[in-house]
Amino acid sequence: MTTFHDVLLILTFVFPLLGSLILALSFGRLSERASATIGVASIGLAALCTLWVGIEFYDQGKSAQTLTLWHWVTVGDFRPTVGLMLDGLSLTLLGVITGVGFFIHLFAAWYMRGEDGVTRFFCHMNLFVFSMILLVLGDNLLLLYFGWEGVGLCSYLLIGYYYRTPANGWAAFKAFIITRTGDVFLAIGMFLLYDQLGSLNLQTLLARAPEIWSQGGLMPQLTALMLLGGAVGKSAQLPLHTWLADAMAGPTPVSALIHAATMVTAGVYLIARMNGIFLMAPDVLLLVGVVGALTLLVAGFAALAQTDIKRVLAYSTMSQIGYMFLALGVGAFDAAIFHLMIHAFFKALLFLSAGSVIICTHHEQDMRRLGGLWRKLPLTYAGFIVGGAALAALPLVTAGFYSKDAILVSALASGHGVLMLAGLFGALLTSIYTVRLILGTFHGKPKSDNARSAHAGKGLVHGTPLVVLIVMSTAVGAQLTPPLDEVLPPGPVAEGMAVHILEFTAMIVAVGGVLFAGWLFKRRRDLIRRGMADPRGARLWTFWHNAWGFDTLYDWLFVRPYQGVVRVNRGDWINSLCNILPWLARASHQGLRTTQTGLMRHYAVSMVLGATLLLVFLLVG
Amino acid sequence: MTLVWLILIPFIGGLLCWQAERFGDQAPRWIALGTMLLELLMVLGLWVSSDFQLPAEGAASAWTLEWQADWIPRFGIQLHLAIDGLSLLMIALTGLLGAMAVVCSWKEIVRRVGFFHLNLLWILGGVVGVFLAIDLFLFFLFWEMMLVPMYFLIALWGHSGSQGSSRIGAATKFFIYTQASGLLMLIAILGLVFAHHGATGEYTFAYADLLNTPLSETTAWWLMLGFFVAFAVKLPVVPLHGWLPDAHAQAPTAGSVDLAGILLKTAAYGMLRFALPLFPEASQAFAPVAMTLGLIGIFYGAILACGQQDLKRLIAYTSISHMGFVLIGIYAGTELALQGVVALMVAHAFSAAGLFILSGQLYERLHTRDMRQMGGLWGRIRGLPGFALVFVAASLGLPGTANFVGEFMVMFGAFGVAPWIVVIASAGLILAAVYSLFIMQRVYYGPPAEETPLAGLDRRETILLFGIVALVVFFGIYPQPLLDTSASAMQVVQQSVQQAAAMTGGAQ
Repeated sequence: MTTFHDVLLILTFVFPLLGSLILALSFGRLSERASATIGVASIGLAALCTLWVGIEFYDQGKSAQTLTLWHWVTVGDFRPTVGLMLDGLSLTLLGVITGVGFFIHLFAAWYMRGEDGVTRFFCHMNLFVFSMILLVLGDNLLLLYFGWEGVGLCSYLLIGYYYRTPANGWAAFKAFIITRTGDVFLAIGMFLLYDQLGSLNLQTLLARAPEIWSQGGLMPQLTALMLLGGAVGKSAQLPLHTWLADAMAGPTPVSALIHAATMVTAGVYLIARMNGIFLMAPDVLLLVGVVGALTLLVAGFAALAQTDIKRVLAYSTMSQIGYMFLALGVGAFDAAIFHLMIHAFFKALLFLSAGSVIICTHHEQDMRRLGGLWRKLPLTYAGFIVGGAALAALPLVTAGFYSKDAILVSALASGHGVLMLAGLFGALLTSIYTVRLILGTFHGKPKSDNARSAHAGKGLVHGTPLVVLIVMSTAVGAQLTPPLDEVLPPGPVAEGMAVHILEFTAMIVAVGGVLFAGWLFKRRRDLIRRGMADPRGARLWTFWHNAWGFDTLYDWLFVRPYQGVVRVNRGDWINSLCNILPWLARASHQGLRTTQTGLMRHYAVSMVLGATLLLVFLLVG
Repeated sequence: MTLVWLILIPFIGGLLCWQAERFGDQAPRWIALGTMLLELLMVLGLWVSSDFQLPAEGAASAWTLEWQADWIPRFGIQLHLAIDGLSLLMIALTGLLGAMAVVCSWKEIVRRVGFFHLNLLWILGGVVGVFLAIDLFLFFLFWEMMLVPMYFLIALWGHSGSQGSSRIGAATKFFIYTQASGLLMLIAILGLVFAHHGATGEYTFAYADLLNTPLSETTAWWLMLGFFVAFAVKLPVVPLHGWLPDAHAQAPTAGSVDLAGILLKTAAYGMLRFALPLFPEASQAFAPVAMTLGLIGIFYGAILACGQQDLKRLIAYTSISHMGFVLIGIYAGTELALQGVVALMVAHAFSAAGLFILSGQLYERLHTRDMRQMGGLWGRIRGLPGFALVFVAASLGLPGTANFVGEFMVMFGAFGVAPWIVVIASAGLILAAVYSLFIMQRVYYGPPAEETPLAGLDRRETILLFGIVALVVFFGIYPQPLLDTSASAMQVVQQSVQQAAAMTGGAQ
C-alpha cells in the first residue's frame, strides 16, 4: 500500500521530471520568464517534499524504508525493480540535491536572463535533478546506473549549452566519453556482482557478500576495483580526471550544480553505498585513499597555475573530492559524506559568486583582466570570502574546518600516516590558491574595462541564494549532522594527544597558508615575477597550468591512435576485399570480349593454333 | 485463416496502391497507410486475445495458432504457417514500421507513387511470410520474395551516394549478396531434407519433423554453417556486411527504415528459429566463433561509423555494431540473453528507424546528407534536435531507452557463459557513445552555416517521431509486455541449447 509518505518520496523526483517534460514539450513556445518559473518551481516543490520526507524520517526513528514501484525487468532470477530506498545516506544526498539545487536554480534564473534557449537550459537542469535523485534513491544498482548515466547525459548537454562554439561542444564530448569509460567499469562491476551474488539489490548485495565471498578474496577485490573505476570517472579522480576542467565551458550555475555540488560526488556516494564490498577488499579500499591523496595533490598544484577563475574552482573541486576519497580509503565513510555535504555548500557558493562576477563584469572570467572588484560587488565578495574561508578550512568559524578536520583525524586514526600528510600538505595548497583567487579577482587595480565598469547584481533572485549559502558555509552549516549511524560502518576513532596535535597543526597550516599567500601575492609579487622569468619556473607554470600534461598524454595514447584507425579504415577494407570478386568478373568479361573481334582471319588463326596445340598435346601425352 | 490474411493483406494492399495511382498521388498513400494499420490492428488483436504461455508438457503443438494446407505433397512441401510469441512480436514490429515507412515517405516520394507503395507493401508481405512460415521450402520462398521489391525500391527511388556510388550499383550489390547467401541456405535446406529422407525414408520440409533429424557431426556442422552464413549476410556479420552501408545510404528513407528496422531482424529471427534449434550441438560448438564475430562486428562497425561523412552511412554502420550484441546474445543461449536479444531487436528497430527518418527530414530541408555541410542546427529547426537527442541517446544505450534494456540483458545473460566476451563488448559502449555523439557534434553543435531558421516539424512529422520516442521510452522503463510475449518461445530455444550442452558433456 502506498502511504502519503511514499507519495511524497515519489514526488521528489516526479516534480523535476514534470518540469523537464513541460519545458521539453513546449517546443520553445514558452517565454523566458515562464520557463524560469517552471524550472525553479519544480525544484522548489521537490525540496519541500524532501523536507517533509526528512521530518517524517526522523519521526519514524531513522529506519531505512523501501518502496517498490514496479518490476523493471523480470526474466528468471533477473528481477531488478524500479524501487526506492530511503535511509540516512540517501536522505542526506537528497537534501543536498534538492536544497542546494533549488538555490542554484534560483540563481540561474538571474544568471541566464537574456540568454538564448533558457527553456532548453531549465529543461536539462530539471532532467539532471530527476536523474540525480534516482541515482541516490534507487534501491538497486541498475536503477542507480539509470541515474548515473542520466546525469552524464545532462552534464553533456549543459556543458555544450553554448553549442555555437565548437570548443564547448568538444568539451562536452570529452566529459561524456571519459565518464563513460568509467561507467563501463561500473557496468562490469554490476555483471560481476549479479553473476556472483545473484542480485542487484543494494541491501541484498551487502548482506550476501560476506556469506559468499571470503574476506580479501579475488572476487571482492576485482568487483571493488571495477566499482572504483566507475567512481573515479564520475568524480573526476586520477586517472579519469581530465574532463572536469574543460567542463567549465557550461554556464556557471551548471558548474555549481553538476560539477561541484552533486554529480561529481556520485562516485563518493557509490563507494559509501557499497561499503560492505570495499571493506571486504582492503587493498582496493587503500587504493581509493591513494587515488584520493594523489588527486588532491595533483589538482591542488594545477589550481595554483590557473588564470580562469572557474578553472581554479574546478581543480579545487577535484582536490576536495580527493579528500572525500581519502576519507573513504581509510574507512571513514561518514566523514566523507559529511565533507560531501559541506563541500556542496561552500563550493556552490563559490561557483555562484564566480557566476555573479562573470555577469557583473560582462562575461569576464580571467583573473588577468579582473581585479579591484571588492568595493563594487560587496555581496559577491562576501560570498568569495566566506566560501574561500570554508575551502581553506579556516578554524572554528567555517564549516569546511569541521569536515576536513574529521577526515584528517580519521586518516591519523587508521594509521595511514602518509595519506594524512598528503591531506595536510593539500590543505596548505588549498589556502594558497584560494588566497590567490580572491586577491586576483577582487583586489589590486581593475585590469580591464569590463572590470572597471562592473555593476553589482541586484534583486532577491541574485541575493537570496548567495546569502543562504554564505550562512550554510559557516559553522552553522556544520551543525547539520547527516543521520549516517545506521547506514555506514563507524570510521576509525582516535583519542588523546595525537589528535590534538593534529588539529592544532591543521589550524596552523590553514592560517599559515593564508598568511603566507597573502604576504606572497600582496607584498612580494616580485618573487613570483622573478620565478616566472626563470625558464625552469615558466616551464613548471606551463606544466601545472596544463594539469601535469595528462591531456597531451591521453591525446597521444588514445585519441590519435583511434583517429588513425578510423582514418585508415574509412574506406572499409573488408568491403574492398569483397569488391575483388566483381572486379574479377568484370576483368574476365573484358578479357573474353576482346577475343570476339568479328574478324574472320582472327578466328581462322585461333582455330589453327588451337588445333595445333591440341595435336601437340595428344602426341606428347 | 488469420495467419493467411496477415500475409495476404499487404500483397493485396500493394496491388490496390498500384492501381489507385490513377486517382492521384494521395490515394496510394492513404491505401498503404490503411493497409499497414489494418495489419497492425490484426496483430494487436491477436496479441490481446491469445495466450503465449508455455504449452503444457506433451501438448499437441507449441504454436499459438497454426494453419496448414498441402502444396507439393510429393516432396512433403506444405503451406504451413504458425505463430508464437516471437513471430507475433516481429510481425507487430513489421506492421508498425511499415506504417511509419509509409508516413515518412509522404512527401519524399513524388514519382510513380503507386508502384512505390506496391514495392513497399510487398516487402512487408514477404517479411511477414518469413516470420510465419514453418515449412522450410515456404520459408525460403518468402526469404527470396522480399528481396525483389527491395531491389526496385533502392534502384528506382534511391539516392546517388556522395562517393560516386550509384543507387543501381547499391541495389545490385544488395541483391547479389543476399541471393548468394540464399543459395547457401537452399543447399543447406535440401541437405537437411535429404538427410532426413535417408534416415526415415520420407521427404518432408516441415519444421517439426526436421527438428529431430539424426545427423552425423560433420553433416550437422556443414548444414549449420549454410544456415548461419545465409543469416549472417543479412544480419549482417562482419565480414559479410559489404552490402549494408551502400544499400542503407542509397535507399529512400522508407527503404532504410524497413531495412534496418525489419529486414535485419529476419536474420536474427532465422538464427533463433532455425539455426539454433535445428542444429543445437553444432551451434553450441560454433558459439565461441559466433560470439567472437559479434565482438568484431561491434568494434568494426563502430570504428567505421566514426569515419563517415554521410549521415546515413554513419547510421548504417551503427547497425552493424548493434547487431554484434544481438549475435552475442543469440549464441550465449541463456534465457536472459535471448530475451535481451528480443528487447534489443525491437529497440534497435525503433531507434534506427527514428534516426533514418530524422536524416530523411534533414535531407528534405538541407538537400544534403554530408555532415560537413551541417552543424549548428540546434537553434535552426524547431523540435527536430530534441527528437534527435532521444534517438542518439537510444543509440548509445542510455538507460531509460529500450536499447539499454536489451544491451544490458544480453550482457548480464552472457556474462556467466562468456565473461571475457562481455567485458570486451562493454568497451564497445564507449565507442557507441563516440559515434552517437558524433551525430550531435557534427549536425547540431558548432557554428551554424546560416542564421535563417529552417522549416520546423509539421504535424505529420511530429506525431510520427513522437510515437517512436514514446515507444522507445516506454519499453525502456517497462519492457515486460515484450518479454512476457516472447518468454515461451525463448525458453524453447534455450532448452534446446541446454540439452545440447548436456549432451556434449558440458564441454563449455
